[in-house]
Amino acid sequence: MPATKDHIVTSYSDELVALAQAIAEMGGMVEVAIENGTKSLLKLDRELADLTILADQRIDDMQRRIDDMSVSMIARRQPMASDLRAIITAIHVAQDLERVGDMAKQLARRSLKLEGMNLQPTFYNGVKNMTALVLGQIKTALDAYSNRDAAAAIQVCNRDNEVDAMHTSLFRELLTYMMEDPRNITACTQLLFCAKSLERIGDHATNIAERAYYLQTGKQLSPDVQEFHRTQIKA
Amino acid sequence: MDMLAGKVKLTQQSVNSAMNPTDALARPIRLEARDVTVHYGAKQALFGISIDIPDRAVTSFIGPSGCGKSTFLRCINRMNDTIEGARVGGSIKLDGEDIYDPSLDVVELRARIGMVFQKPNPFPKSIYENVAYGPRIHGLARSKSDLDEIVVSSLRKAGLFEEVKDRLSEPGTGLSGGQQQRLCIARAIAVGPEVILMDEPCSALDPIATAIIEELIDELRENYTIVIVTHSMQQAARVSQKTAFFHLGKLIEEGVTEDIFTNPVHKQTQDYIMGRIG
Repeated sequence: MPATKDHIVTSYSDELVALAQAIAEMGGMVEVAIENGTKSLLKLDRELADLTILADQRIDDMQRRIDDMSVSMIARRQPMASDLRAIITAIHVAQDLERVGDMAKQLARRSLKLEGMNLQPTFYNGVKNMTALVLGQIKTALDAYSNRDAAAAIQVCNRDNEVDAMHTSLFRELLTYMMEDPRNITACTQLLFCAKSLERIGDHATNIAERAYYLQTGKQLSPDVQEFHRTQIKA
Repeated sequence: MDMLAGKVKLTQQSVNSAMNPTDALARPIRLEARDVTVHYGAKQALFGISIDIPDRAVTSFIGPSGCGKSTFLRCINRMNDTIEGARVGGSIKLDGEDIYDPSLDVVELRARIGMVFQKPNPFPKSIYENVAYGPRIHGLARSKSDLDEIVVSSLRKAGLFEEVKDRLSEPGTGLSGGQQQRLCIARAIAVGPEVILMDEPCSALDPIATAIIEELIDELRENYTIVIVTHSMQQAARVSQKTAFFHLGKLIEEGVTEDIFTNPVHKQTQDYIMGRIG
């Protein structure tokens, strides 16, 4: 991306930079929340679970801050073109990140419910792998957003199929454990909810990537565009 | 509940009546400029401007001071003819007819292409006479009642009639700035133009008077082709369907207003509309 020139009004430039930094900071908080949420689940770590639940409040505060910053800039600066897109997408991305924070909180809450249950390590493998994939998706989407990289954004959208496929296979696996021994039903149901949360996080990563594409190109990422790129990659 | 239903219906109507921004480019072309150049003595002010102005839509020219937008606007009704040493090249056609054709009557051309200036400039005459002057010299009214009708309908179209109907004989210069500007618009309308050129018509007005003029422009575009030069990008974004960006005497980019302000193609346009250092 060619270096953009500074605004004639420097305080406007400063505000746009502060907005981008706020999104980056919120992204970092959310990534940590997903990691901690899953970690608290895998290790049944009550302390970490409590910390993750508490951290969600800070993520919510951050979203409100980004909203306020954006509204204030729209009202005072009358942003145009890519500046306008940067502000509008910041509002959307912050909203997606806030939802991801909620999902991470739910993961942590499930870990508290799983305490004291007889869980075999094999039960967790799927959730662990899915977390790694989903976390990668969120990171790539946030990088695509901050670097204004439309190509990376398309990749994230195309990889969402993998997340969905993993969710389906995890669903089948957990169902098998439940059929093997009905005593597994409670724990496996909780894990199913966790898998669903992770799948939703994957969807939010796709949303963020779509915003990144729009921010850079000024065009909405339609399914046609995604399909076009998918076939290009295959060919 | 009924009130609410009425409101919703009204909103739907407004949605239906609003012009789809992309429609502006699909409209027939009223004015066609090709490779227009302007020299003031040895200095070249415009470099090969080619643009189509759509019929019954608002086209805005934006750009920094000295970029040539007003110079180009003045070419459209041959106002540059009056400037000594000014030479205009290329062609400008109104409905396919070359406006620089030597056989063309310039006075008649300026009746077809009216102009409203930056500073309201009513004649030092009564409100009535300000509007009646044009139709009278062009012989548009056969009788006093014809003339009265033209004056009233022009004032009405300019959204001024209700405010001045009881004082038509008072001087036009006694009106407020915004009213004076609408009087000038009424004066332009009175001679039955097809095109109205506006050179920063709101720059001397307060925000309320500006909003009234903008609302008027929106109404007028149903019957007139309007070209407006403005320094306010927000104004261009609000009132026009097509926007052209000028820089250093060149037309850098033109297109549907919405596209120009949300996703301009050229970097110079981007830097200008986003207020970045050019």
